Amino acid sequence: MPAFLSLILLNLRRHKIRAAISVTGVAFGVAAMLMIVSIVLGAISMFEGILAEESHFVVFEKNVSDLFFSSVSMEQIETIRGLVQVDRVDPMLVGIVSSADHPIITCFGVEADNPRLQKAQWLQGDRSEYGREPDVVYLGERSAQFLKTKRGERISIGKAEFTVGGVIRTQNGFEDGGVFMPLSLAQRYFHREGLVSVASVKLKNAQMSEAFKHSVETASGALVALKNEDFNRSYSQFRILNFTSWAVGVCSLLLGGMGVANTMLMSIFSRIREMAILRVCGFSRGQIVGLVFGEAGILAAIGSVVGLGMGFAGLAVMNRVPQLQGYVHAQVRPDVILAILLTACVTALLGALYPAHFASRIQPAEALRFE
Amino acid sequence: MESPDQDNTTPVVLEGRDLWKSFDQGRIEVLRGASVKVRRGEIVALWGASGSGKSTLLHLLSGLDVADKGTVSVLGQNPQFEEARLALRRRHVGFVFQLHNLIPDLTLEENLQIPCIASGTAGSQIRSRILQLSDAVGLSHRLRHRIQDLSGGERQRTAICRALMHEPQILFADEPTGSLDEKTAETVFELLFKLAKNEGMTVVIATHERRFMEACSRVVRVTNGQTLSS
Repeated sequence: MPAFLSLILLNLRRHKIRAAISVTGVAFGVAAMLMIVSIVLGAISMFEGILAEESHFVVFEKNVSDLFFSSVSMEQIETIRGLVQVDRVDPMLVGIVSSADHPIITCFGVEADNPRLQKAQWLQGDRSEYGREPDVVYLGERSAQFLKTKRGERISIGKAEFTVGGVIRTQNGFEDGGVFMPLSLAQRYFHREGLVSVASVKLKNAQMSEAFKHSVETASGALVALKNEDFNRSYSQFRILNFTSWAVGVCSLLLGGMGVANTMLMSIFSRIREMAILRVCGFSRGQIVGLVFGEAGILAAIGSVVGLGMGFAGLAVMNRVPQLQGYVHAQVRPDVILAILLTACVTALLGALYPAHFASRIQPAEALRFE
Repeated sequence: MESPDQDNTTPVVLEGRDLWKSFDQGRIEVLRGASVKVRRGEIVALWGASGSGKSTLLHLLSGLDVADKGTVSVLGQNPQFEEARLALRRRHVGFVFQLHNLIPDLTLEENLQIPCIASGTAGSQIRSRILQLSDAVGLSHRLRHRIQDLSGGERQRTAICRALMHEPQILFADEPTGSLDEKTAETVFELLFKLAKNEGMTVVIATHERRFMEACSRVVRVTNGQTLSS
């Protein structure tokens, strides 16, 4: 219905600045939501990648909220290795330290035959040397860059000094920004002798999942074995991150929606007489509501398109910031874009709810007396 | 109230009986038992001084407002309920106001489309009706002009066209020349009467100007919220 549409567009054309401010509000909300959610999803995906390297299961301590606090003993690791379903077990001790100018450096304590070391591209040093010398650590490519060091040099990590034994390049941003330590060195450094955080388990046959899970939980009631996909779904940190990112995004959009509400309300208040004339000319309450929702919908649509553009541009810029490289590996998923667009539309329409209700209740005779 | 010479066989299309209306929670009493009966084809003037209640009476008779007390019948329908009022406005009644009440940012043609957008009339019908009416009021060359670029007389002529777009049976006009200069007012009044007669419409005009009353078939005087025939 082009004439009806032209009536909708008319008001937006009339108050260009007001409409532009409203569009900007929605756009910022959409951009913020896209960036936050995509970055968090990317981070989660990278973390999942660390644990899921050539494995079917993740084994860790039961009832811990964060893998950093999980303790699995080496005896338990050996018990798991001895299970009939198991092909290989890769224990890992994860810790976080800091150094000058770098508040967070993730340390991975792994054994020499860990698949991620085998798969990594060794830019400096040789994988065969891993773990042979005491107090030698291996850096991800990006951590070597921001620590400004290279093979053979001494570096301070936390309270200790280490020699750089090599530099590796992996496919994972967290690993590239981290420090690899031989497992025994990491246990000593973090004062967790005989303990690891988590074990990645590869089964001889994926069909043995249930039997393996049962065996682990029978062997040690203190451990839990989760398939990688179950772990990703149920790990509380992922869920918190996911929830937080969506909550922050929705809050941003709510602010945008309030902008739309304000615009629509101002628009209606300044057009009470015009609304009355439309009613006199035969517009039903439903048609008046349609006009208001139409305006809000167009504001939301334009804001969403602009916001997606801003969001993608922001992610592209963040990818190029040297300090963030590797850590920011945004994962933009179609379902996320759809959810953001849906949220933007619903928010804008909610914002238009009261103005639409108000406009539909305008009494022609009363409004015509309004000067 | 009817004039004595009224043809009683012509059907009554509009009737208001014992209408009462007050504003500001009853503090301002505008109508006190006003009654009007209008037959098909009549041109009836509601005449009275400012504040006498003629506009309020017009609003009640046309279904733009609802009486506190009394009954209204428009073409046999009771406009007490929103659906009935909406149906009347869409199909059977048209309005012209003192202020043209057009949408200034739209063109003349777009303003004329508004009643048809409301009723969902087909585009081809709209176009031919716009051409017919704009030609009748001498504005066919101004169709693409925005309202803010038209003179006062042209705006009021546009408002008359808009009121007639959906071929209403009854036209309500509330001081339609009140904001125009004398000469333009005469032109607009003549045009309004001519179009009304051509289209066979019943017209109810609220006015305080004596000079136009001669052209009306009947005058209903409104004084202190009550009606007297003349």
